[in-house]
Amino acid sequence: MSETIQERIFRVISTSARIPLTAVAPERTFDELGIDSLDRLNILFDLESEFAIEIDDNEARKATHIRDIVSGIQQLVGAAGTPAPGR
Amino acid sequence: MRRVAVTGVGVISALGLNQEGFREALQSGRCGIGPMECAEANDLRFKNAAEVHGYDPEAKFSAEDLVFLDRFVQFALLAAEEAITQAGVEWTQQLREEAAVVTGSCMGGRSAEEAGYRELFQHGKNRVHPMTIPRGMSNAGASHISMKYGIQGPAYTVSTACSSSAHAIGQAFWLVRSGAVPMAITGGSEAPLFFGGLKAWEAMRVISKDTCRPFSANRSGMILGEGGAMLVLEPLEAALARGARPMAEIVGFGMSADAGHITQPSSEGAARAIRSALRDAGLAPEQVGYINAHGTATEMNDRTETASIRCAFGEHAERLAVSSTKSMHGHTLGAAGALEAVATVLALRDGVLPPTANFTTADPACDLDVIPNVARELSVEAALSNSFAFGGLNAVLAFRSSARA
Repeated sequence: MSETIQERIFRVISTSARIPLTAVAPERTFDELGIDSLDRLNILFDLESEFAIEIDDNEARKATHIRDIVSGIQQLVGAAGTPAPGR
Repeated sequence: MRRVAVTGVGVISALGLNQEGFREALQSGRCGIGPMECAEANDLRFKNAAEVHGYDPEAKFSAEDLVFLDRFVQFALLAAEEAITQAGVEWTQQLREEAAVVTGSCMGGRSAEEAGYRELFQHGKNRVHPMTIPRGMSNAGASHISMKYGIQGPAYTVSTACSSSAHAIGQAFWLVRSGAVPMAITGGSEAPLFFGGLKAWEAMRVISKDTCRPFSANRSGMILGEGGAMLVLEPLEAALARGARPMAEIVGFGMSADAGHITQPSSEGAARAIRSALRDAGLAPEQVGYINAHGTATEMNDRTETASIRCAFGEHAERLAVSSTKSMHGHTLGAAGALEAVATVLALRDGVLPPTANFTTADPACDLDVIPNVARELSVEAALSNSFAFGGLNAVLAFRSSARA
């Protein structure tokens, strides 16, 4: 079965921030997961690659919880169609 | 130990091609930020920068010289020329042999390197211009100033990101104060508005799509700027003896390292640099009336810097005027410390404190007196210029008004 958007986001966050996939959940905050400002930059960079999208700086800055990222990406991907991973 | 005077300054920036344009803009709160004339602006997520306008390199340098001079070196030479002219330096063989040149630059001539790499990677060429290395090296500014004036004493370049030229000026000050050199030409320059560099800053997600609003609740990040500034430092006694007019005295220099995070600043580290500058200057906190803040307009900097000022000054922070002139000339990275040192010297000389332009809404976490939008006529005894770099490297310069000396 192919990955959902949320699963892909969790995988990218887990890989990028080097934290266990099981720790990544919508209700967790970046702070709780020990994700600092540079980790966030790397995650955003990797998510942009994964979904071939462009994430706005100001929108990204507002995200405090993992769920904020998931909903933001879902909107962006919805707006852009469903591009192939890693494009 | 000698007292050290600033006897000349030179500036080229988005606020004008000389010191007078810079002074006029700072004192009238005019902002030099606008749409970039970068050829690839459409491929960038931000469009605005503090660019030098109305500058024609060919009017200032011969075609023969320009082959060797990257834009950041041109800025260094033009600023040095204005500073040396204003100081009325009388070159003797001995002065040329002993004087120092200490410059700062963060990116150096990377635009020259980029032009070379384009040939290789984009245009399929298998060679780059033979002047790529001499144009690109970060010390080219110091070298060309020394060559132009025949200055043969200590000459070098400091690269500590956004603190580069503050570190350079501080070291030059110490060289003059200790008696190691009879004069120093010092400052910095930067020309960071080239595509690869802009893309790298874009990826840091700290650049505003709007403008630079330091300490304002609705700030949206920094605005990159280009330019250069130089100062002539010499012993106060020697300056007065030769009839030079000191603009201000440079009295202290403090440095520290956060030893923390590569990009997140620490208020403790910054406060230690401030305290160290005050100690070096022999100034009590109450003697300081103005701080030219690092004030990048990122949330991280502005809040941390506010906390560091409160930490270093205690109660006196309530009576300090603090402004970020980056709101007008942008963040010129390795040149920032030099542009802002000049802004601080002019504030002391003229008794006019430059404002924080583009200020709209107060941020409770940045609750100092930030001189919003309108310059303030106020003579202060002493002033600081803060520079805090990525990598946690902090440099603070202290100046004192000559009027009260």
